[in-house]
Amino acid sequence: MSLRSLTVDELLDQASKGDRRAIGRLLTLVERGGEAADQVAKLTHPDAGQAHVVGITGAPGAGKSTLTGRLAAGLAAAGHRVAVVAIDPSSPLNGGAILGDRIRMDEPIQTTEGADPSNVFIRSMATRGQSGGLAVAVPGAVRLFDALGFDPVIVETVGVGQIEVDITAATDTTVVVVTPGWGDAVQANKAGLLEVADIFVVNKAERPGASDARRDLELMLDLGGHPAWRPPILMTTAVDNVGIDDVSAAISTHLGHLRESGEIEARRAVRARSEVATRLHAILLARVDETMATPEGQQVLADLNDGVVAPVEAAHRLSNDV
Amino acid sequence: MQDPIRIVLAKIGFDGHDRGLKVVARLLRDAGFEVIYLGLRQTTDAVVAVAEQEDADAIGLSIHNGGHLTLAPRMVAAVAERELGVPVIVGGIVPDRDIQALLDAGVAAVLGPGTSGADVVAVVRSTVAPE
Repeated sequence: MSLRSLTVDELLDQASKGDRRAIGRLLTLVERGGEAADQVAKLTHPDAGQAHVVGITGAPGAGKSTLTGRLAAGLAAAGHRVAVVAIDPSSPLNGGAILGDRIRMDEPIQTTEGADPSNVFIRSMATRGQSGGLAVAVPGAVRLFDALGFDPVIVETVGVGQIEVDITAATDTTVVVVTPGWGDAVQANKAGLLEVADIFVVNKAERPGASDARRDLELMLDLGGHPAWRPPILMTTAVDNVGIDDVSAAISTHLGHLRESGEIEARRAVRARSEVATRLHAILLARVDETMATPEGQQVLADLNDGVVAPVEAAHRLSNDV
Repeated sequence: MQDPIRIVLAKIGFDGHDRGLKVVARLLRDAGFEVIYLGLRQTTDAVVAVAEQEDADAIGLSIHNGGHLTLAPRMVAAVAERELGVPVIVGGIVPDRDIQALLDAGVAAVLGPGTSGADVVAVVRSTVAPE
């Protein structure tokens, strides 16, 4: 039986019975975008909103995938059905990608005692032109997993720098992974990624400089006053499964904090708004292209090329038609 | 726009020669494929499980340990059993005299030593049915 001939309804029906091929297929539709993706989004919306959505972010090579694999294995062993969306970059030149996150994840999941691999679903995703650390399809994929009863849903970003913070708008809890030698106290106080962390992990903590990294983060947090939630700093050696339980516990403590403080509603409202804004941008962008292609648009562009109008005037003349 | 072709690349079992597979992964990446790279010491069951989750369009196996006549048909059988309907492509060291046997066993294509980069891309592309 080929899944390619099934409708979205039929695929969702199969997926809700646990058919992993159908889930995989639905994720492809979500990634492709367009009508089928919109249909998946509509149909999964009513059942979503239950899962704890956790983001794992940090620099390339910090150990995000290894940590994610260990977390997923531990959570599966504790009886959770876990979904992972693991993102790697697409080439800006040819669109190709090497999706190499799950190579760090499958083994811990297969070898951890009590972790049933069929309770973990990992999907690799390429950024396909999106900057900010995520792929366009992430909200849709998270919603699908959520609606199918996966909880938590873990999103691992591409390796990021200082300002790729889209993950915070897409998740409930953001875990930022750093490594010894990543920077000093000045780095720690720069704006950007470190400001959005709910939990810090110093991975590769067996290496020299780990306690320095911890101290610099502590000092940075000390300067931030007394927020209702002070991000814990946890030391791990993910490759050896050291410190993972602490991270897991902190993630669940943070969820408790979000619920008790009511912040979870606020965060989810931001998430919903951000998704609507993204979709509006896409619709407007399409209209911009349409407007430029109309006879009027062509006329304005011709005037622009003849030097009759400036670009700013050209844009104003067309803006009402968008 | 057409989706990028998604291919799972792996080596099965006790076979540590992954240089070739890494070269192929890079070739396909540069040709616009999304390569789900699994690398060394996989099992046929693990590869099938990944292909399901990733909704892969093809599976590429690299075999350098002489096990191709055992491992490749096992992979083909695993794909058939789970009704994945994706082609299995074999690369690595396969003697010419074994190629027909692999094709008869259901392998979609065999890419032996000396295959050019352009041919790797063209052959993989040709095995993936257009949607």
